[in-house]
Amino acid sequence: MQLAEQLREARRKKEILLMTHLVLGYPSFAVNREVIRQMVENGVDVIELQIPFSEPMADGPMIIKANQEAIAGGTKVADCLAFAAEMAAQYEIPFLFMTYYNILFKYGLEDFLRKAKEIGIKGCIIPDLPPEEGEEYLSLASEFALAPIQIFAPTSTEERMRTLAGHGAGFIYCVARRGVTGSKTDFNASFDAYLARCRRATSMPLAVGFGISSREDVQILTGKADIAVIGTATIRLVEEKGPEEVGPFIAGLR
Amino acid sequence: MNKPGYFGQWGGAYIPEVLYETFRELREVYARAKADPAFWQEYLDLMGSYSCRPTPLTYAENLSRHFGGAQIFIKREDLNHTGAHKANNVMGQGLLVKRMGKTRVIAETGAGQHGVACATMAAKFGFACTIYMGEEDVHRQRPNVFWMEKLGATVVPVTTGSRTLKDAINEAFRDWVSNMDTTHYVMGTVCGPHPFPEMVAWFQSIIGQEARKQILAVHGRLPARVYACVGGGSNAMGIFQGFLADPSVELIGVEAGGKGLDTGQHAARLASADASPGVAQGYKTMFLQDADGQMRDTHSVAAGLDYIGVSPLLTDLWEKGRVRFAAATDQEVMTALDLTIKKEGIIPALESTHAFVQAFKEAGELNGDQAIVINQSGRGDKDIFTIAHAFDDPSWKEFIRKKGEEYAAR
Repeated sequence: MQLAEQLREARRKKEILLMTHLVLGYPSFAVNREVIRQMVENGVDVIELQIPFSEPMADGPMIIKANQEAIAGGTKVADCLAFAAEMAAQYEIPFLFMTYYNILFKYGLEDFLRKAKEIGIKGCIIPDLPPEEGEEYLSLASEFALAPIQIFAPTSTEERMRTLAGHGAGFIYCVARRGVTGSKTDFNASFDAYLARCRRATSMPLAVGFGISSREDVQILTGKADIAVIGTATIRLVEEKGPEEVGPFIAGLR
Repeated sequence: MNKPGYFGQWGGAYIPEVLYETFRELREVYARAKADPAFWQEYLDLMGSYSCRPTPLTYAENLSRHFGGAQIFIKREDLNHTGAHKANNVMGQGLLVKRMGKTRVIAETGAGQHGVACATMAAKFGFACTIYMGEEDVHRQRPNVFWMEKLGATVVPVTTGSRTLKDAINEAFRDWVSNMDTTHYVMGTVCGPHPFPEMVAWFQSIIGQEARKQILAVHGRLPARVYACVGGGSNAMGIFQGFLADPSVELIGVEAGGKGLDTGQHAARLASADASPGVAQGYKTMFLQDADGQMRDTHSVAAGLDYIGVSPLLTDLWEKGRVRFAAATDQEVMTALDLTIKKEGIIPALESTHAFVQAFKEAGELNGDQAIVINQSGRGDKDIFTIAHAFDDPSWKEFIRKKGEEYAAR
């Protein structure tokens, strides 16, 4: 089943879906495995697996540190692919790759996407690959039936959003605010206007990420977005309180 | 037909969506300025009255005699205000910032030269200014930090990654994605996403325009070879543009050989076999990276050359065989610096001295009718701490020890 279909089906049963994120190899694949188990058991609907990169330009301090330490700890792209294959085989929910373009480019774009498809990955989020630079990526993703998730930002015009949506599949990742990952988002009237703009530009499900960290945040998004994205919050939780806290945290989000 | 922002297969604009509109605006303002002769005239007037342009072309008579080959000429970018060619770029971008109506500038800096130049421009034009500088470079280039702060800039030491230039660039982008409405990112070199490589090269082309006229006036014909050091590549692109259309002029870019190309501790992207094509920091070029695409640590005595990537314009010219690349080791740099100071009374920056090393290696191959031009991108006297340290100068160390005791006693 393709990503969009799988999400629509899940969405029929729930008011809002949860997408979580983790950095592969940080603090270790063993902890990643435990965190994912708790996420799935507590109802997470889709998981972003970030393949670490040495120059994570769009990320904030917490995820930068996770990227750096994963690489310093010896995490290789091949390990990430093997781990992702294991997770995709074990669980039914969709898994996505999130990483920066150089990881795909250096692996070989076609080889990477073919491999991702083979191991059961449903889509990719590549924040430094706008469609203008991603012609080959977009056509290969379509060939392999992988969703090339497109990103909307508060600075995107409605016209730009329509262009982006035309290149995307699966869902749209709406960045909630300016800035990088990991700091607080103010859900005010201009945020609502932004989400309304996103909604007008596409019929795909809308995921909202950046600064979503609590039940209140998820409640605010319910009815406005289809998917709430929890990124830095769980990485911070694992760091501060250990992986066993992830389950209760996720269970308490909706 | 190339895609906009590409030079051969190199370049592009690999930017996050949140900056899409910001780059659209920048491309527009740049295109309008480029089409407007009054803009270039305003730029020339500013550089003439504020930054000692045109900078002289100095005949290095003693060095020429010493090597007994080509006549050696030095293009004196060190005589720019703030001591390096970086002024050319920041003043140009400063004029664009005024046109865009933005009120704050940010920049990355390695050696600190671009940071000081940017802080100077911000002071003159009345912009708020934040400079991102790798923590390692803050320690290496403390005097430049002092001047940036005196000029009113906030200097942020960057503690992520390898704590050098590439990490400062990442941090500057992270600031920009938050503050693009008020803020312009003054990228310091001919790297990064389109239009930066092309735009910075345009401002730096003033070096080559002057140098071509000057060498023709003093030598009567074109030089045989032109040498420039290459970190990101802005001073090299600046001077090379004056001679790109002259096939008889050989262009040589000199990268940081660090502790030697065979040690892996260097920053030679095109002169070594260690780099491979990649996409990072918003553009495609040859990067020093591992098999997974993770960027490697680089090394150079010169902070301004200590960088993983290189201008897409230069990678294209290298691939096409128009620019030849060489590397100079830290040790060769210190020897050439000493010789230049003693023979000519000129103190090039450690970065610029890389170009001198290669020129000195080759000057003897040429005859006395031929000329070579070395681009002295910056001056070394402001690097007194680094240079004194690199020379391991005993009386300087004694002075620092005493100064330390003096402060400790207060």
